[in-house]
Amino acid sequence: MSLPPEPRTAPDSGVIHNIGYRGYQGPRLGRSYATRSLFVQSLRGAYGLGRSGKSKVLPMLILGGLGAIALMIVTATLIAKQQKLLMDYTAFLSTFGLLITIFLAAQAPVLMSRDLRHNTVPLYFSRPITRGDYVRAKFAAMTAAMLILMVTPLLVLYIGAVLGKLPFGTNTEHFLYALVAAVLYAVLFAAIALLIAAATPRRGFGVAAIMGVLVVSNILATIAFGINGGFEGRDSANWVALLSPQMLVESVVNRTFGLGGDGAVIHAPSTFAAVVFGVEIVTIAVLCYVSLLRRYRKI
Amino acid sequence: MNPTVARLTVRGLLGRRRGILLLVVPAVLLVISLLARGSGQDKHDLAASILGQLSLGTLVPILGLVVGTGVIATEIDDGSIVYLLSKPLPRWQIITTKLAVAIATTWAFAALPTLLAGLIVYGPGDGLAVGYAVGALVSGAVYSALFLLLGVATRHAVVAGLAYALVWESLVGNYVDGARTLSVQQWGLSVARSVASDGMINSDVALGTAVPLLIGVAVAATVAASVKLAGLTLVSEE
Repeated sequence: MSLPPEPRTAPDSGVIHNIGYRGYQGPRLGRSYATRSLFVQSLRGAYGLGRSGKSKVLPMLILGGLGAIALMIVTATLIAKQQKLLMDYTAFLSTFGLLITIFLAAQAPVLMSRDLRHNTVPLYFSRPITRGDYVRAKFAAMTAAMLILMVTPLLVLYIGAVLGKLPFGTNTEHFLYALVAAVLYAVLFAAIALLIAAATPRRGFGVAAIMGVLVVSNILATIAFGINGGFEGRDSANWVALLSPQMLVESVVNRTFGLGGDGAVIHAPSTFAAVVFGVEIVTIAVLCYVSLLRRYRKI
Repeated sequence: MNPTVARLTVRGLLGRRRGILLLVVPAVLLVISLLARGSGQDKHDLAASILGQLSLGTLVPILGLVVGTGVIATEIDDGSIVYLLSKPLPRWQIITTKLAVAIATTWAFAALPTLLAGLIVYGPGDGLAVGYAVGALVSGAVYSALFLLLGVATRHAVVAGLAYALVWESLVGNYVDGARTLSVQQWGLSVARSVASDGMINSDVALGTAVPLLIGVAVAATVAASVKLAGLTLVSEE
């Protein structure tokens, strides 16, 4: 770069030196680095790290609460000298699904809505990252946050079970089943919640909308289950899982790994149903992701 | 009541596409009750699960939450409340006006559809539909007052409200009997039970306990919200 000519300075009076405008010449970290940073920031933001103390309360409370419940289950199992955990790994996820949903509903708008509300999204796009990168980073961050939330208590259960000399093989197997379930939950829920959050710049509205969609769909499916005679043990009633994201994952996992086939637990009624449910999970996740991309096309 | 404040609140709550979004609640309720009517199951069980569990247990709290916080928390959130507060208008009047709008909206979007759903599922007999509708009326009003207070008191009103409505009333209430005494939903059911014929609706709280609690909570929440709004400090988002 050619510097502008040094201006002539008066020899004996105070002067201002014009050294010209100098652009940054050093290495640039580039697009992938920016995307990674956005991912890390969003993931930390989901747990309130790097934000005020108040915003740490809820995520930490839920994470700690789930961990404490898992610890209690392990302790109770060991004290009662059972050979099996009182609550299976996958059952743990579905039983405390409400807490996971609350975490999701509270934190998805933290990731999406605030940027929209305060018009900071255009500032991101003035950096090298593209719209796709932004959506990818946020999606990955939400999924990772959900995974951390679900895997931590599962690990507590697993480590407790192994240390307590429960059968190692069965526990490892069921732990892995639950990991698969956790991944499915995380991806599907994150996709749905982020789409809703991105559509509602008002944080409060977004929280209620996400909660409404997930909880109401669950209750609707339960009622439809009852209407179709599911509680009397009719197998075809399990098709109602099509209505609710949580039941979709639950029933696919239960069918695929042969868990809870006694009719009391929701499961895909046949292999065909399991495939249909699986396809629906993928379709919903992909559709939400594509809609999210479309949402950010014009910002 | 102040007509101008009421008009602005209604516009903020139902204007644009937001009113259509709220319509989802009654639509869900009516569609599921139409489907249930054709299923040929026991009508009384259906009414208990659709009207009791879905409507009173979930839709009324969620709607009360959206509406109760929507009438004031959004304005506090974006700071436009200062223009209202700077008018020569008693603060308690702002609260009562907004509360009236919230209650009317909850009634229109939750209690009325509950009545219709009850008529569809069960028919007019035994006072069942009317009972649940009255239950939805009173619990909707109390939820509105409670969540309005939350909206004034905390920036995390929706999360706190959800924690109460879902975790306390559903999760804790299912395992701990005592928790049910302190649940707006059970108070509403108690009123519903007294309206309907004997043995049609179950509730864990006696009417003599429920009515004073309902009135007490609603009045206390309104007064507390007025006091809180009188000394409101605006804080920026964390």
